[in-house]
Amino acid sequence: MTLDNIFQILGVIVVASPAALLALLGLPMLVSRPISEAMQSNLTKVAVLAGLFSALAILGLMLAFDSRHVVIELGNWVEIHQEDFHFHLKFVFDRLSVPFAILSFVLCGTVGAFASVYLHREAGYRRFFLLYALFLLGMIVSSLAGTIETLFLGWELVGLSSALLIAYFHERPGPVRNGHRVWTVYRFADAAFLIAALTLHHLTGAGDFDGLMGTGPWPEGVAATDSWHALIVGLLLLVAAAGKSGMVPFSGWLPRAMEGPTPSSAVFYGALSVHLGTYLLLRVSPLLEASWALSGAVILLGLVSAVMGTLASRVQNDVKNALAFASLTQVGIITVEIGCGLRYIALIHMIGHACLRTLQLLRAPSLLKDYQSLENAIGERLSTGPTFWERKVPEAQRSWLYRFSLERGYLDGFLNEYIVRPFVRLFRWCDQQERRWTRFAGGGEHRESDHVAVYGDSLEDVV
Amino acid sequence: MPEMHLPWLELSVLIPLLGALWVGCLKNRDVARTHAIIACALTFLCAAGEWIDFNSLHTFEAHDHWDVLDAVFHKDVFVVDELSAPLLPLGAMLYLMTVLTTLRTKVNRFSFGWTLFSEAVLLATLSCRDPWLIITLLTIATIPPWVEMRVRRQATRFYCLHMGAFIVFLVAGQALVPEDASALNPPVIAGCLLTAAALLRSGVTPLHCWITDLFEKVTFGTALLFVTPMTGAYAVIRLVLPIAPDWALQSIGVVSLFTAVYAAGMALVQHEARRFFCYVFLSHSSLVLVGLEMATPIGLTGALCVWLSVGISLLGFGLTLRSVEARTGRLSLNTFHGMYEHTPILAGLFLLTGLASIGFPGTVGFIGTELLVEGAVGVYPLVGLAVVLAAMLNGVAVVLAYFRVFTGTRHSASISMNCRLSERVTILILTALILGGGLYPQPGVSSRYHAAAVLMAHRAGKELDPETEKHPYEAVSVGEASANEGSTEAPAGH
Repeated sequence: MTLDNIFQILGVIVVASPAALLALLGLPMLVSRPISEAMQSNLTKVAVLAGLFSALAILGLMLAFDSRHVVIELGNWVEIHQEDFHFHLKFVFDRLSVPFAILSFVLCGTVGAFASVYLHREAGYRRFFLLYALFLLGMIVSSLAGTIETLFLGWELVGLSSALLIAYFHERPGPVRNGHRVWTVYRFADAAFLIAALTLHHLTGAGDFDGLMGTGPWPEGVAATDSWHALIVGLLLLVAAAGKSGMVPFSGWLPRAMEGPTPSSAVFYGALSVHLGTYLLLRVSPLLEASWALSGAVILLGLVSAVMGTLASRVQNDVKNALAFASLTQVGIITVEIGCGLRYIALIHMIGHACLRTLQLLRAPSLLKDYQSLENAIGERLSTGPTFWERKVPEAQRSWLYRFSLERGYLDGFLNEYIVRPFVRLFRWCDQQERRWTRFAGGGEHRESDHVAVYGDSLEDVV
Repeated sequence: MPEMHLPWLELSVLIPLLGALWVGCLKNRDVARTHAIIACALTFLCAAGEWIDFNSLHTFEAHDHWDVLDAVFHKDVFVVDELSAPLLPLGAMLYLMTVLTTLRTKVNRFSFGWTLFSEAVLLATLSCRDPWLIITLLTIATIPPWVEMRVRRQATRFYCLHMGAFIVFLVAGQALVPEDASALNPPVIAGCLLTAAALLRSGVTPLHCWITDLFEKVTFGTALLFVTPMTGAYAVIRLVLPIAPDWALQSIGVVSLFTAVYAAGMALVQHEARRFFCYVFLSHSSLVLVGLEMATPIGLTGALCVWLSVGISLLGFGLTLRSVEARTGRLSLNTFHGMYEHTPILAGLFLLTGLASIGFPGTVGFIGTELLVEGAVGVYPLVGLAVVLAAMLNGVAVVLAYFRVFTGTRHSASISMNCRLSERVTILILTALILGGGLYPQPGVSSRYHAAAVLMAHRAGKELDPETEKHPYEAVSVGEASANEGSTEAPAGH
């Protein structure tokens, strides 16, 4: 068996294990024969460990044989050869994707083990693990994607599972509204991503990262576009990354995402999902080098997000929200590093931050109890003196800054006021005009739906 | 012309027609439902047999064995080709699943006799290519909803106004088409009239209000069956595409594109589930028209793929809503209903079908949407942006409706709301189609590309003889076919 064959087998296991997990958890639910909690937990463990050990084996072989760029070709998913159209399924193992895939397996495995106890006998236990499997598959596909379409595929899976997990406690309206808000932001980011992908196709005639970023192994590729095109595509990808990573102006979704159960908050919004945007920027980092304006925009966005994150995290009265904004601060700094061309530092920072944040978020539920125990033990409140900034900044400015931070820079209000409301107002006006036209041409009132009760729970016409 | 091994087409039309007569005579509604299911199932088997038989012939058109109509009229009345071959089983499946999921709470108001009659008319429409016959059948198809409105004592003026205009435009347009009309020698007035008729039937803005009105006044099942087969798009392909010049098609594409975005936006502000569904459907059917009217190989293939995926996914989406309605009454979207706890499988199907309709990865709509967007970008980059925008808005709307109907509160019910066996069967079939088509899309895409090739060859004025000619995609690349008529170049591949 040649080295290439071994890589091929291991690579397929890395991608297939989360896919198999999704199928094994989803099919029994579909036929209304759900499997037990223990079985679900065991299947999750097996799938994560199989994927993790295969990824580690690939890393070991790559180090042993000094191979920096391993490509796993799964062929064309769809092909119309007469039109030269093909959807290529290709996965790449390199210095960027392998650490990120291993990180995904490690963190998902940790959180899976935690959740199997934390959510024991919860009504939504099976639903959680199904969405968990979807998320894991999305993360692995995104991490290892060798073409921009494959990356988009994984990106969408991550988005859907994240939104549904935020709405995990779906018998309450709050989590559901927040889940929908996050989904809306994700859809916007997805649209920007898709347009960027199509523009790249149009410019380069191919979707392979090798074609787009040069054939050298990451991070040594050189973008195959001029600076003007790199700027356009890069800005679109920056919007997509900002949406996915909760950067300004989309940072309003981060505290909303904390409505989900703690394990999902930890692994998805604190550790992995929130870094997917920066991962995208790292993957297309050769584009940044092709345009100094784009690099400047990335640095600016990172700086603004970091400042916003650090301000907002200091005024939160909820530990998960405080951690979410602390994550934003670090994501902002990672983005600045990427903009400055410090790719390895950004990658190390991303991995370190993800591990730390997962630990903090998993620790959060018991933290308050520990604080209370400490206070009981010492017999007084744990208090700290005024900070450096509290001593230096006048009261009036501090109040303004506090309000500004509490309102998260008024970004949510801005989006509501200038995008959501005008949109809704415009289409409600159109709806009114349609009503008038129908009434005029039809000769009377035509909308039975206006009289539908807001809440009905009776069978329609049994009697 | 090659012959199939059995008279599948005639049987597909005859069985529901006889079934309509039989079921119409039955007094017991439960028995009528059972017999209607049997008739629909037999029809579906014949339609599926036609598809399999046609594929085994490796030709681009064929007609029935023992063709009775041919013997009587000395003319190939029913012919199946690459375009219509999968549309026939799709149409039969729409009816089978709708009848199958009609619960007892609905049998008193849902007419099985008229449903079978409209199935026969639909399958006959999809089986024939003669313009006048298509026009006649499209005209007849407007009768069952009108009858239902009258029976339910609803105002029919608005519907009659639009359908009357539709029929007048069709007849006048076809009457003005000269013998030698083609895309290279287009009859402008006739083309405009036929286009107006097709757009009216498809519900392109601002001519769409009759569809929302229809959903208000007839049963959900009837409305669903009247719009989801997308006979307006079929009329475009059969009547407009062969004679319309490129500029006309592209301007129609812009109107359809506007409808796609507008309807997606409207879906987001609806207060009631049926109207919401109606706008989501309008947005998707307009996307199909966008692809059809781009008249490029990739765009056309994408449109034909989206046609099938939207047909399957929005059928499931609509049937799920209908099933929930059968349990709770009409659904307001102003509040949460929390139905997940009682019907988790319906919730799952609702989400799956909704996501499939917007082209979510791994579902049947993904590759079709990719092709459509790729084709759109190839013609005008801004068109591609608008398609992406429409898909984005639809995605937001679908998940919003899911949350409103299935989550957000605890629904207390004194009776079991679990899925019935017939609903479970339907759900499993639809799920298999959506995921199967999504994970293994190549056969579907190849088949639609072949159909696009035939359409492009016809449009380029190339008369194809199935006995002697090779398939157009083998004989000449579609890019060349479009180049022959001065169309744009093939877009860059992936």
